[in-house]
Amino acid sequence: MEREALTINPAKTCQPIGAMYAALGIHGCLPHSHGSQGCCSYHRSTLTRHYKEPVMAATSSFTEGASVFGGQANLVSAIDNIFTVYEPDVIAVHSTCLSETIGDDLKQISTKAKDDGKVPEGKYVIHAATPSFVGSHVTGYANMVQAMAEQFAESTGNKLDQINIVAGWMEPADMREIKRLAKEIGVKIQLFPDTSDVLDAPQIGKHVFYPKGGISIPDLKSTGDSKYSIGLGCFSGEPGAIALEKTCKVPFQTEDLPIGLRATDRFLTALAKAAGVKIPDSITDERGRLVDVMTDMEQYFDGKKVALFGDPDQLIPLTEFLVDLNMKPVHIVSGTPGKRFEQRMQAILSETVPDANIKNGPQADMYLLHQWIKNEPVDLLIGNTYGKYIARDEDIPFVRFGFPILDRIGHSYFPSAGYMGGLRLAEKILGVLMDRQDRDAPEESFELVM
Amino acid sequence: MEKIGILEGREKQVYEKKGDSAAIDIKCETTSLSGSVSQRACVFCGSRVVLYPVADALHVVHGPIGCAAYTWDIRGAVSSGPELHRLSFSTDLKEMDVIYGGEKKLHQSLTELIAQYQPKAAFIYSTCIIGLIGDDIDAVCKKVSQETGIPVLPVHSEGFKGTKKDGYKAACDSLMKLVGTGSTEGIGKYSINILGEFNLAGEAWIIKKYYEEMGIEVVATMTGDGRVDDIRRSHGASLNIVQCSGSMVKLAKMMEEKYGIPYLRVSYFGIEDMSMALYDVAKHFSDNPTILDAAKKLVNREVSELYPRLQHFRQALEGKKAAIYVGGAFKAFSLIKALNSVGMSVVLAGSQTGNKDDYEGLKEMCEEGTVIVDDSNPVELSKFVLEKEADLLIGGVKERPIAYKLGIGFCDHNHERKIPLAGFVGMYNFILEVYNSVMSPVWQFAPRKGGLS
Repeated sequence: MEREALTINPAKTCQPIGAMYAALGIHGCLPHSHGSQGCCSYHRSTLTRHYKEPVMAATSSFTEGASVFGGQANLVSAIDNIFTVYEPDVIAVHSTCLSETIGDDLKQISTKAKDDGKVPEGKYVIHAATPSFVGSHVTGYANMVQAMAEQFAESTGNKLDQINIVAGWMEPADMREIKRLAKEIGVKIQLFPDTSDVLDAPQIGKHVFYPKGGISIPDLKSTGDSKYSIGLGCFSGEPGAIALEKTCKVPFQTEDLPIGLRATDRFLTALAKAAGVKIPDSITDERGRLVDVMTDMEQYFDGKKVALFGDPDQLIPLTEFLVDLNMKPVHIVSGTPGKRFEQRMQAILSETVPDANIKNGPQADMYLLHQWIKNEPVDLLIGNTYGKYIARDEDIPFVRFGFPILDRIGHSYFPSAGYMGGLRLAEKILGVLMDRQDRDAPEESFELVM
Repeated sequence: MEKIGILEGREKQVYEKKGDSAAIDIKCETTSLSGSVSQRACVFCGSRVVLYPVADALHVVHGPIGCAAYTWDIRGAVSSGPELHRLSFSTDLKEMDVIYGGEKKLHQSLTELIAQYQPKAAFIYSTCIIGLIGDDIDAVCKKVSQETGIPVLPVHSEGFKGTKKDGYKAACDSLMKLVGTGSTEGIGKYSINILGEFNLAGEAWIIKKYYEEMGIEVVATMTGDGRVDDIRRSHGASLNIVQCSGSMVKLAKMMEEKYGIPYLRVSYFGIEDMSMALYDVAKHFSDNPTILDAAKKLVNREVSELYPRLQHFRQALEGKKAAIYVGGAFKAFSLIKALNSVGMSVVLAGSQTGNKDDYEGLKEMCEEGTVIVDDSNPVELSKFVLEKEADLLIGGVKERPIAYKLGIGFCDHNHERKIPLAGFVGMYNFILEVYNSVMSPVWQFAPRKGGLS
């Protein structure tokens, strides 16, 4: 079907959910949705389905009146109510299509709330504009992370021996892994946002409104004094690093999310260089184990065609990793717009898969991906839960990766980042490919040893 | 235990039954306080859940991508045939559309989609910003309807224009435009429509089978396993049976007014209410005693089979306490009766959108000390679950992880139920699920229950 206008089965969602997820990575923060009640409810439900965790967020509960006269009164009274009853350290307000269209100015309203004495001493309100009709959930995440940097980082002139890692959209497990790697290398980092110990919280027999994880306010403020920043992911992490450079003159570089071998190499090299340390043998051994599995199992990856979809910052290093495994990513779709996606993809694929189908932005949806797969079948599909329809229709082995994953667990507990994450991805890919080989093997060639 | 407060201004939405107090003075049917962590949704959500199960219609969400993305196939409303409702269609409005309007885009989308999928009808959902940018979706729908020859129905579900209940009303308004447009030829006297039954996990099929066994013709189920053509001729039925108080009473009232079709309110949850739902219909058709006879036979058979099977659970569940927090209060009535029937008590009963009568009814049914809440939030729910030492929480997607964090059993009686809970078989399934969850060995590892902390 030729389409000019509509989207069928989207490969993205809207900005506010990204802002809500990012805000949960500050300790003691209550995300606040400045819009209708439904937005907040949908985002909380989706995050809950993905993490199997309670997700706390408040809403301005827009009514008809607010939509005519502006949402200022709603937001000011919301801020007042929230600090009185829920007692967060921070309220992270994001807008919605509704409040953006009526023209609410979050900065001005937050200032008014503060002037009116609604923000207690030592408490904070930060705000990010996240209109749903621009970009995608990835944009919303980036905007909230940028807001954290702009509105918290302080430059005291007293440089600290620490490196900022501005986390692109990653799972709590990945953030935990990055902290582990940094510790192993011996570098003090400030990772933000940090949703580990927030959205993978242990069962302790009670519901903790503000779980123990998340970057603390003093740590977040100190990012302005760090000697360097690494922004992970040019879509979701870089804007925060740029903001730190602008507001506090912290120099930065952008790296891909450390997914797969080479992206992890680049990240760790950059981190070690910025901190002036050497990569320890323990990490080199981890790397060696990943390379060992890649070489041991090389025959099973060779030439397999892959279709993948999801968010740009994940897809870029993942595609590179697949190419390094001698696989052929032939169809790649992301609903998130941005020119750098196609540029990076072409650079990665120009030699190995020069005629790969790559599309992001408008009409880059699951319908398009399905059409491509029908025209040129693949051996493997990688993406979020919504891929299961295509996987079933076309009988394709399917690895769940990305956001949201609504029908499996593991993504929040086991990293995809770092060398160990690379091992996990390789294991998952091999698992489905080999299951398929076993399923389809004729009796005589059904093999015990693979 | 740490003190947990109630959001200021919400005191009147919480009631604890003490002594033989006078009429319940609970504040309800209001909008949520700004800043509350409410479990409620919006107008769009209400419309979407009511209309979504119409399986051979096109459902197009007019707005930015989110509203379509979050409602893509999230409800297990099963279809026995077409599955067009399980796809997600959005006009995916961008900044320029917000400035210049999205009518053209909507028109083009509809034209493309109708040509591709040949649906029997199309529902066009208006989202928040449509109400602001002033797109005339009525005009677009009318135009496309003329061009394509199928009903193209606007659904005025702008999120901010009220609560989820207003969304139900908007959905009923759209359905009403379909009702009466088909031929009623061949519809017999003993015929009904089943309203407010969404065929989650195949529940409508169970109910339909019961009525058919009684010799009653089911013209349309609205909207579970719904078909446009059935809805169009549904005004030929003699009686409307309305389940789920909130969502479709309005349609029943409109059909009563316009076509003189009376309606009955029923519930299909629990032995008592399920039996009533069959007997009430049989009594309505009292000129045909074979219907009542068939109903008696059916109930007798089902209950005598079910009752002994439930006794096993009763032993284990006797004295266990449940907390209920559901969307509409009507469902809470049935749940209380069902839980009581296996010896469980209800220590908290709440709903997102109940009205004064609902809460008065809850008060009547509940025991001393039961807390009744309107439009609650996670803090309150946790507070009451802990204070009242509940063993089970019944709720929806946002309540589930709270129950688990508190270390108690959970049963989803909302969109995400995976097994049918309606009908006699559903009662068994429900109690089995409650039993499995409450009696699971996993709770012993929760520190609050004596596990290592």
